[in-house]
Amino acid sequence: MSDAGRGRAIGLVALCLLAGAVAAMHVAPHQDAAALVPADKRSGIEYQSEHTRAMQDDPSANPGLLWASEGAELWQAAAGDRPACAGCHGEAGTSMRGVAARYPAIDGMSGRLLNLEGRINTCRTRHQHAAPLAYESEELLALSAFVAQQSRGIPVAVSVDGAAWAWFERGRKFYAMRQGQLNLACRHCHQLNAGRMLRGERVSQGHGNGYPAYRLEWQTLGSLHRRFKACSAGVRAQMYDYGSDEYLALELFLAWRANGLPVETPAVRR
Amino acid sequence: MSQILVNAPERARTGEIITIKVLIRHRMESGHRRDRVGAPIPRNIIHSFSAQLAGEDVFRMDLFPGIAANPFLEFKALARVSGTLLLRWTDDDGGRHEHAVQIEVT
Amino acid sequence: MRQRRTHLARLSRRRWLAGALGALALPVRAQWVEPSASAALSAPAARAIAELLRGREPRTGRVQLEIPKLAENGLAVPLKVRVDSPMSAADHVRTVHLIAPANPLPAVARLHFGPHSGEAYLSTRIRLADSQRVFAFAEMSDDSVWRADAHVVVTLGGCLDPIL
Repeated sequence: MSDAGRGRAIGLVALCLLAGAVAAMHVAPHQDAAALVPADKRSGIEYQSEHTRAMQDDPSANPGLLWASEGAELWQAAAGDRPACAGCHGEAGTSMRGVAARYPAIDGMSGRLLNLEGRINTCRTRHQHAAPLAYESEELLALSAFVAQQSRGIPVAVSVDGAAWAWFERGRKFYAMRQGQLNLACRHCHQLNAGRMLRGERVSQGHGNGYPAYRLEWQTLGSLHRRFKACSAGVRAQMYDYGSDEYLALELFLAWRANGLPVETPAVRR
Repeated sequence: MSQILVNAPERARTGEIITIKVLIRHRMESGHRRDRVGAPIPRNIIHSFSAQLAGEDVFRMDLFPGIAANPFLEFKALARVSGTLLLRWTDDDGGRHEHAVQIEVT
Repeated sequence: MRQRRTHLARLSRRRWLAGALGALALPVRAQWVEPSASAALSAPAARAIAELLRGREPRTGRVQLEIPKLAENGLAVPLKVRVDSPMSAADHVRTVHLIAPANPLPAVARLHFGPHSGEAYLSTRIRLADSQRVFAFAEMSDDSVWRADAHVVVTLGGCLDPIL
């Protein structure tokens, strides 16, 4: 092949690859991802005992509501040198309705993926000039429980378009990757064996639609990343940090996988 | 901060047996747990709870570590006259807390 | 290290339970065959019960104890107790004792009622350290004692949870 011919051939191949890449970007969901979605999507509540289910549904018995009600108070409390959340957002029941169902989402200003905790902290630093709240602190748990509670009953509906796509792919790969001494991927329990017994417990599909949730095991309300840490420890794998990119990407993938399931925060789980 | 969520009727008929539900935020640290370095975590639980309606004792409870964290208590009371439902609880730290709601009895 | 040993110890107990179930060839959802109630109580539990009875013989009846046969998590087991009584000034329930003999501390709670209670009733959540028979003893205004008990299988102990 002549130099010019080779150049044209390379150009043509490059063009095909580019076209393919562009085409792939617009094809969502990824073929492999579809295989990771349960055919019969069920929230974690369906894998709990009738008593735990009753606890979640009873507004006088759900311990998570203690945090949500603290969150309602914090919503009204000034932070930093600026007014309270209510100062900009008014009544949370109106302004926050449906918000948690769309998270994690890309932050327009920074281009980063933010989960609800990240969004609350971004608001605090950017708009209230206040210090971010530590992960798993009572205040952050209370605020995130309260905000997510405003989406209770609304179907999870996250977008994986645009900048979110790279995070989604990262989360999908993490979900399918074997990890830890037990050499298991999330999908081995939560996709392939959901509904079956793991010792004395029934394995759920592993959706995060109820978080932050009151786990009986924790005797307190906790975040989804805390739950991830328990899973990592469960397969004897490295636990990532609260708010880490790994867990953020996984959270987005799980939210996409749970699309359509109602937000249940604050949920009760064993 | 000792938070309580109370579910009680605002109104009742004379002679009616009403249902009161309370949910109190408290770790109920049993005293049996150990921290990350193996040191025992001291016991700190709510050890007594009482409910009075219009000045009369309707329910009292001595709690031990076997009561779950964030105690949920559902009990009954006889509605005779309008008055205050006064809920009191004390924990091992000596913290005394109370919460009152009004119940109208007709 | 300590956390890991606890984890392994729990694994062994659960494996034993799974093995026992396998030996009985019971499907998990089938009606439970209640284990014999003749298993001896620990000394602290026997003492706690003897102290509250003060020589009185507890009668069965009048006390209803509602508790799941299988606890999802020993850290929060729902329990309902109700005692049949007119709850009048002359005839009412004075005290109900809840006892979990296999817990580090067998006494779980003492409930005090009176004529203004309307009904001797409590619904709450308790911690159970292990599978066991839970007891409720009701002391009446006439000084009689009535009892009820129920067996609960606990697959995850409620008192020794390691901190994450």
